Amino acid sequence: MTFSKIFGSRTKQAVVAAMLALPASASAEWGLNLPRGVTPFSREIYDLHMLILGICVVIGVAVFGVMFYSIVAFRKSKGAQAAQWHESTVVEMLWTVAPFLILVGMAVPATKALIMMEDVSGADMTIKVTGYQWKWHYEYIEEGVELYSTISSDSNVARRLDSGIDPNTVQNYLLDVDNRLIVPVNQKIRFLTTAGDVIHAWWVPALGWKRDAVPGFINESWALIDEIGVYRGQCAELCGKDHGFMPIVVEAVSESDYAAWIEQQKSESDQPVALNIEHN
Amino acid sequence: MSEAATHDDHHDDHHDHHPSGLMRWITTTNHKDIGTLYLLFSLTMFFIGGIMAMVIRLELFQPGLQFVDPQFFNSMTTMHALVMIFGAVMPAWTGFANWMIPIMIGAPDMALPRLNNWSFWILPFAFTLLLSTLFMPGGAPAGGWTMYPPLVLQTGAAFPFLIFAVHFMGASSIAGAINIIATVFNMRAPGMTLMKLPLFVWTWIITAFLLIASIPVLAGAVTMLLTDKFFGTAFFSAAGGGDPVMFQHIFWFFGHPEVYILILPAFGIVSAIIPTFARKPLFGYSSMVYATGAIAFLSFIVWAHHMFTVGMPLAGELFFMYTTILIAVPTGLKVFNWVATMWRSSMTFETPMLFALAFVVLFTIGGFSGLMLGVTPVDFQYHDTYFVVAHFHYVLVTGAVFALMAGAYFWLPKWTGNMYDEKLGQWHFWTSTISVNVLFFPQHFLGLAGMPRRIPDYAVQFADFNMVSSIGGFVFGLSQLLFVMVVVKCIRGGEKATDQVWEGAHGLEWTLPSPPPYHSFTVAPEPSSIEGGMR
Repeated sequence: MTFSKIFGSRTKQAVVAAMLALPASASAEWGLNLPRGVTPFSREIYDLHMLILGICVVIGVAVFGVMFYSIVAFRKSKGAQAAQWHESTVVEMLWTVAPFLILVGMAVPATKALIMMEDVSGADMTIKVTGYQWKWHYEYIEEGVELYSTISSDSNVARRLDSGIDPNTVQNYLLDVDNRLIVPVNQKIRFLTTAGDVIHAWWVPALGWKRDAVPGFINESWALIDEIGVYRGQCAELCGKDHGFMPIVVEAVSESDYAAWIEQQKSESDQPVALNIEHN
Repeated sequence: MSEAATHDDHHDDHHDHHPSGLMRWITTTNHKDIGTLYLLFSLTMFFIGGIMAMVIRLELFQPGLQFVDPQFFNSMTTMHALVMIFGAVMPAWTGFANWMIPIMIGAPDMALPRLNNWSFWILPFAFTLLLSTLFMPGGAPAGGWTMYPPLVLQTGAAFPFLIFAVHFMGASSIAGAINIIATVFNMRAPGMTLMKLPLFVWTWIITAFLLIASIPVLAGAVTMLLTDKFFGTAFFSAAGGGDPVMFQHIFWFFGHPEVYILILPAFGIVSAIIPTFARKPLFGYSSMVYATGAIAFLSFIVWAHHMFTVGMPLAGELFFMYTTILIAVPTGLKVFNWVATMWRSSMTFETPMLFALAFVVLFTIGGFSGLMLGVTPVDFQYHDTYFVVAHFHYVLVTGAVFALMAGAYFWLPKWTGNMYDEKLGQWHFWTSTISVNVLFFPQHFLGLAGMPRRIPDYAVQFADFNMVSSIGGFVFGLSQLLFVMVVVKCIRGGEKATDQVWEGAHGLEWTLPSPPPYHSFTVAPEPSSIEGGMR
């Protein structure tokens, strides 16, 4: 591949187009923080995140405050005379021990959250997630229902180099799929993640975690979604050319809707080829 | 000062026999020539890696693919990291070490001058191999600088070139590290006890031990990749009874010490610059030395914090969380000591000091995000997002690179004998510092809002911050041209530098003339002139 091929004459055109696009994209959301999510675990770690961020901000304000005060007050141009002291065992001990205690204070809730995260016992159902270059395969273990999920065709067309389609006009650009993962609310779902070729990572921010999908190995995680809704995510481990184009869409529905959906899938899978042909 | 003059008189020309022109640089065994070669090589790589970063930021300027295809984008992120880490930052530190360590410890040269020549001249070959892959069928390596299998095994013709380039870079680093250890332990002037060493020397010895301990591990890991690809082994293939995750453990056993290889010398430089421009001894010299040692020790028992989401037993995750957040203690101590050095001092704000102060603030911000990432349950969200990208660029760009800039401005007058253009230096500082924050701060938000790293295109809700970040990136990239202007101008001429250069400067390097004689200290300095590292 040569540079001339990559930077064709359209470079200038595109830069101009990009400049013009600035006001257009101003309508996009300016998301700043972690989502609180829709599972007990996601809220737990949201609180943990805010706690640690808060501690960092307080320490930062104190340290930088002293530093900026020094910069303003102790200037040679203001006639400041430098003191010559250069050590104090007490002070140095103090700012070794104090941070240590703060860390212990952070480690306690973090340990609790981690134990909660790793406790996959008592799951109501199990879904096996397998990553492939570049799609996801879902298997409802107990039900014998399975489906492939790939990026939706309108995103897939728009994302091509030189597609000429403005991503702003595509609904849920890069975050939409052909077949959603349908799950019930208020059920503890155990997720088994693995992969068929290279390593991927299954990540839906609203669930509060991501988990690597490693070929030859099976990882366990769990989620209990308590709000009906559609939650979007993406592959989070570099997995080759189309790593950026294997989105995840989880649709959490009521338990009765889920039961109906499963029944429908089961009856469809009586004609085994139908599922894949219809949806791919 | 009078002493310096004596040195000058005694050792002007008669020791100074060396070929001229190109052969001088190819055959040189002189620590200053080799230091200069390292620094110029590093600056070149900084711009090559920088161009790759510009391609990345250009493609991410707005959603949709406008310039490059995803495969080439992945090559850019991979090569940008390899070039910046192994080509720009590591050789720059070795360049500083070559130039400054013999002078700082009162030695005539490095202990192993021919090895020194070799360790530098491997590098251009290593990077020729690596960069040549850009023009190969299948393109340059695109599996990330972390080279995780099985993905990296999908690399085309570039694959063996990647492996051998990494081997060469490693050989160069190990040779450099051995040389530095041999020099510091054997060549110190009488009176230069270990606890009087300048902190830059201390941090570099510890860095050298980290290099010797960790680089062979990387060499082993990439060799196993090579045999997996070409000789039918299955170290990392589950289908053959291997384990792809084992690669990650081995890689990060190298990779985490590597992080401190990139940053410890920065601590040393900042610990030299702040006392100089604060006109006050460094606060807590010995605790700084012990903290550096503690960080180095911890760096070997935290590696799996790069792999929390990969699937580990609870006990493993807890262990790596506790050790990781523990690093905040010695690192925090350093920051507190620097701030204490500024307290009741008498500061001036020349360019080296400005970069050092910016380092303290911005590196600390990178440290805070590092602490957040170290907390395992929350890392399940942060991992592999732009939050991580923001974190490691705060510690590596506004950390390591800013310290390199600070050091370059600090010692340029010593190296060239001329003062650099202070006004241009200040411009470089302010444009860099403002733009680098515009570049990297919004990436925290992008990551928290859910943007994965290493993607060539993104959902439209990430558009605004990406555009802001790209604008910051372009300005930061252009600002670095000011640095080249400063360096070129300074080499060509300018106000003559005194021996001491800076009013508050202490240490042996400031007792020699600017520039120093070809063989730095042919006569050991007076033991009474050795003040100790806190000055």
